[in-house]
Amino acid sequence: MSINVKRLTAVVVGLGMVGTLAACGSSDGGQGSGDSKTVTLVSHDSWAVSKDVLAAFEKQSGYKVDVLKDGDAGQAVNKAILTKDNPQGDVFFGVDNTLLSRALDNGLFQSYEPKGSGTIKAEYRVDQDKHRVTPIDTGDICVNYDRKYFADHELEPPKGFDDLVEPQYKNLLVTENASASSPGLGFLLGTAAQYGDTGWEGYWKKLKANGVKVVDGWEQAYNEEFSGSAGGKKAKGDRPLVVSYASSPPAEVVFADPKPSTAPTGVAEGTCFRQVEYAGLLGNAKNTKGGKALLDFLISKRFQEDMPLNMFVYPVTEGAQVPPEFVKYGPQAKDPETMDPAKIADHRDQWVKSWTSLVLK
Amino acid sequence: MDLTRTEVAARRRGAAARFGLLAAPVAFFAVFFAYPVAAIVARGLKTDGTWHLARIGEVLAQSDVRHVLWFTTWQALVSTALTLLVALPGAYVFARFDFPGKQVLRAVVTVPFVLPTVVVGTAFLALVGRGGLLDELWGVRLDTTVWAILLAHVFFNYAVVVRTVGGLWAQLDPRQEEAARMLGASQLKAWRQVTLPALAPAVAAAALMVFLFTFTSFGVVQILGGPTFSTLEVEIYRQTSEIFDLSTAAVLTLIQFAAVGAILAVHAWTVRRRETALRLVDASVTARRPRGAGQWALLGGVLVTVAVLLVLPLAVLVQRSLDAPGFGYYRALTSEDGGVFLVPPIEAIGNSLSYAVAATLIAVLIGGLAAIALTRRDAGRFVRGFDALLMLPLGVSAVTVGFGFLISLDEPPLDLRSSWILVPLAQALVGVPFVVRTMLPVLRAVDVRLREAASVLGASPWRVWREVDLPLVRRALLIAAGFAFAVSLGEFGATVFIARPDRPTLPVAVARLLGRPGDFNYGQAMALSTILMVVCAVALLVLERLRTDRTGEF
Amino acid sequence: MLLALREATVRFGGRAVLDAVDLEVAQHEIVCVLGPSGSGKSTLLRAVAGLQPLDSGRVMLDGHDQAGLPAHRRGVGLMFQDHQLFPQRDVGGNVAFGLRMHGEPKRRQAERVQELLDLVGLPGARRRAVAALSGGEQQRVALARALAPSPRLLMLDEPLGQLDRSLRERLVVELKELFGRLGTTVLAVTHDQGEAFALADRVVVMRDGRIAQSGTPLEVWQRPADAFVARFLGFENVVEATVGTEAADTPWGKVPVPEDAPQGTRTLLVRPAGVRLVPADVGLRCTVAARTFRGTHVTVHLQPPDAPRLEAACALRDAPETGDEVGVEFDAAEIVVLA
Repeated sequence: MSINVKRLTAVVVGLGMVGTLAACGSSDGGQGSGDSKTVTLVSHDSWAVSKDVLAAFEKQSGYKVDVLKDGDAGQAVNKAILTKDNPQGDVFFGVDNTLLSRALDNGLFQSYEPKGSGTIKAEYRVDQDKHRVTPIDTGDICVNYDRKYFADHELEPPKGFDDLVEPQYKNLLVTENASASSPGLGFLLGTAAQYGDTGWEGYWKKLKANGVKVVDGWEQAYNEEFSGSAGGKKAKGDRPLVVSYASSPPAEVVFADPKPSTAPTGVAEGTCFRQVEYAGLLGNAKNTKGGKALLDFLISKRFQEDMPLNMFVYPVTEGAQVPPEFVKYGPQAKDPETMDPAKIADHRDQWVKSWTSLVLK
Repeated sequence: MDLTRTEVAARRRGAAARFGLLAAPVAFFAVFFAYPVAAIVARGLKTDGTWHLARIGEVLAQSDVRHVLWFTTWQALVSTALTLLVALPGAYVFARFDFPGKQVLRAVVTVPFVLPTVVVGTAFLALVGRGGLLDELWGVRLDTTVWAILLAHVFFNYAVVVRTVGGLWAQLDPRQEEAARMLGASQLKAWRQVTLPALAPAVAAAALMVFLFTFTSFGVVQILGGPTFSTLEVEIYRQTSEIFDLSTAAVLTLIQFAAVGAILAVHAWTVRRRETALRLVDASVTARRPRGAGQWALLGGVLVTVAVLLVLPLAVLVQRSLDAPGFGYYRALTSEDGGVFLVPPIEAIGNSLSYAVAATLIAVLIGGLAAIALTRRDAGRFVRGFDALLMLPLGVSAVTVGFGFLISLDEPPLDLRSSWILVPLAQALVGVPFVVRTMLPVLRAVDVRLREAASVLGASPWRVWREVDLPLVRRALLIAAGFAFAVSLGEFGATVFIARPDRPTLPVAVARLLGRPGDFNYGQAMALSTILMVVCAVALLVLERLRTDRTGEF
Repeated sequence: MLLALREATVRFGGRAVLDAVDLEVAQHEIVCVLGPSGSGKSTLLRAVAGLQPLDSGRVMLDGHDQAGLPAHRRGVGLMFQDHQLFPQRDVGGNVAFGLRMHGEPKRRQAERVQELLDLVGLPGARRRAVAALSGGEQQRVALARALAPSPRLLMLDEPLGQLDRSLRERLVVELKELFGRLGTTVLAVTHDQGEAFALADRVVVMRDGRIAQSGTPLEVWQRPADAFVARFLGFENVVEATVGTEAADTPWGKVPVPEDAPQGTRTLLVRPAGVRLVPADVGLRCTVAARTFRGTHVTVHLQPPDAPRLEAACALRDAPETGDEVGVEFDAAEIVVLA
């Protein structure tokens, strides 16, 4: 018997070692939203905030903010729904108008109307009777164009959806898979808003005939295919039109060294679809008090003004100032396409399915 | 009465020892693999306590699902055939020729295998995509065609064939072929009659491995194939992560499970055949410098293939990381970036290394114990089945495991969702099969009587292992550890789901950087990819130095 | 008794490899188990060592039942057929292994290693790699390694099996002297009768997992227990015969038997020395079928008409040529009636 005891001891010691490692790690890992001094924000990968702004909130509220970035926007929502009985945090930020119904229908959030909600512009408000979600930021999904290409070819960049099916723009546009990518879906919804519930299919037939290219995700479209982005230039991208964000041009400036005087890319203003991102208090949040404070913070002026250069989005509250370079290189679209989240919820899956068989097959 | 007591005691002792050894691996796989996967499948197919197995039929009846199944299968078959075609000459050259730089080259061809697909996909686009070499030379572009997928699969799996087949080929006694020639066989005939049958099980094992990897291909298909091509694995990812149709995802997971299980069963069978008595010699005595125009041409051809297909894409990556003057992208990695990670991207190197070390420890412990248990002569059918079971994580979608972790490891004592240990655990899941596959043949090759000799001299079973097995398998153990380390470094699919934002690993950091517009993000992604590549290459190069004559499949 | 086996039985599948074996070895005794391959002699050693569990029966050492006691706690030594030296250790490391396992202090280990290497005639080999040793040297190191922890019983499995003949003959004498000097209790197995007879105080012949005969080398040699033992010892002239008071009826005709021989249908052994060659017209007429040179004598194979071949031992100069016709007479002193 003693042999086996010894062998088992070795195994136990070995496992214990791993356990010890785990213990060491968790002590600096700052986990556990059960601790009421910590409030946990669950978000997607694009979440970003300036350090001093967050520190000011932590100091003023007395809560330490833990951020859990849980994949891209769609994944983060899906994960939050999967774990809703035992959520990973207290507040979820980052569900947009295209997926809002999925979150609400699955009972992801509990009601809370943050302090200062009155400053939110009326056009962004939803769920007014239950206050389960609060709009935090907005942005536009638009066709971006490569300035140099159109200058070199002495061609006017397209202005609206109609232009994109014109012969002079043949084989110039790249977009994303609407079933896999949030800008891809936004662009599809934009065309549906423009041409109506049935008319969009005819438009896409023409777009397809005019040589639209569809890739799986934004990364490939923007960094590989689009000729105007930094990555695309390196990859010798040959599509001067891409479905991206209205805020992409300022990013090309902010993240360049030396910074150019004008953005290398521009936005076709008539092709925009408005995206609004919401946050809410998670249904089974362990620290509801902290969560509420955090939601208040998300619509505070300080945070709203900090967002643009961190997440490349626009504020939703009245009176929040947008940085000058942001205004200069990436003005907000004046008259974007919009769609009621309820309508999106009703049609999304069917449209994506029809779109897939129409465009991809 | 007394007579049977001896027998019972001995049998019981054997069973207890086997149980003790297997307990940790079984528990590990049950808790960190079977349970999470079962949980996510149940979430999809079970509502209010009833199973909806009819969904299986419904999903299978969908024409696009059948289309995915068909594409998954045929592309895997063609990829496997192409890989064998391209890599078998390479296996021969690495096995039988001596040439300067051989060790370095063998490490280089293995680098793609452990690099994350997101990096390799980007690099590979530079070869067959727009403005790539083919485009510049002949105006040929293969991206978003099935050819890009097939070629990338060759790129990824070249090393599997070279290492599995080449490893055995190098040890086949050339005198056997010589004997056949003395009996009147032509060179070709001698090869066909003597060498090929001896190699066949290794070729079959390699082919099955490549088939498994390409059947479950994810990143390559997603990045290079565009939205029109979809394997089962890609479809599971889409259904789970994007469309959020968990019941369809669950059915697809079950289908893939069945297919992978079948592949692994055949693989286990061929591997067992491979271990049948072959006359093996030290690899160093079978290789010699090439002689004659034909052999030099073969060597040259293989080197050109390796250069174009494997080195070139990696070189493009390096070149793009150096585009900014004065290593600008590399320097940018050290500056704090509040946006993407909350930490300077350079810290991803430290994170990756510490995760990989932890994952390696776990994989070596679990894989090592499993290998020891599987080596025992009295290992029964159940234990041998466990051998194949250990390989299953290689064939199950990372998104399934990742989502499974999320909903199953959320209660004490297993409330690990926010613990950092989850990352190494997920990586170890992929590392364990490599450890087992590397150590098992070496352990099985240790002469049982050597152990008995030590035992009779007074060594307890534990001492026997330490004094006899360990010194003999130490190099294999190091190699296994190195492989687990490199695989952990490159693991992306599961890590991206569970890595905390303030502790990104290198592949996760690369993917996040690629996900943002702007020159510096792209450049930094290339720079980090290059660093990752160098770390992997160095790890593999160290392994080459350790390579023994009997080091398993990889 | 130092070692006692009681009805020790080991089955592989349905076959009994050891079949109710009873065996005893006394202190300081050297016992050699002799048998063809497959007779179960190696299994016997492994069972005593604790490497092979018994299906039934008992192994007793110093009167204690060894059931359930693992190999490393039985305090016996085993020298393997092909030595099984640890390849990753040098000679000194191999010899010291058992001492280390028994927790001897380092200094004592070093002394003992030197002592044993001196004993086996390899005084300077301590730092040498085992791979660089010749077969004979390996065998000496293996012996030193097995002796180092001073086992109460030393077991040798085909100790000289792989060595060439001259070395084997030299070493067997050395071993016998060494064991005598040290008072080692030895249980060896071999298939080579010469080795067994040279080494053993007592020889045990095994057949199909059973003991066929046990006795001093002289006893076994002089009176093999049965036809199997006789044939295994190398005797060819073994036939069925009807034994009378003075002579036996055999295929070779009337053959004289010793006076006190048991009567009836028996197996008869005629030693080669008991086959005397006489002129062709006297005795049993035979043709010389073959001659085998044995160094000190010649073995002549004789073919009588309608009877099994006979083997005769002749002095070198008396040996007839192949094809010669000779006559044969039998010497009663060299004839044994087997049980």
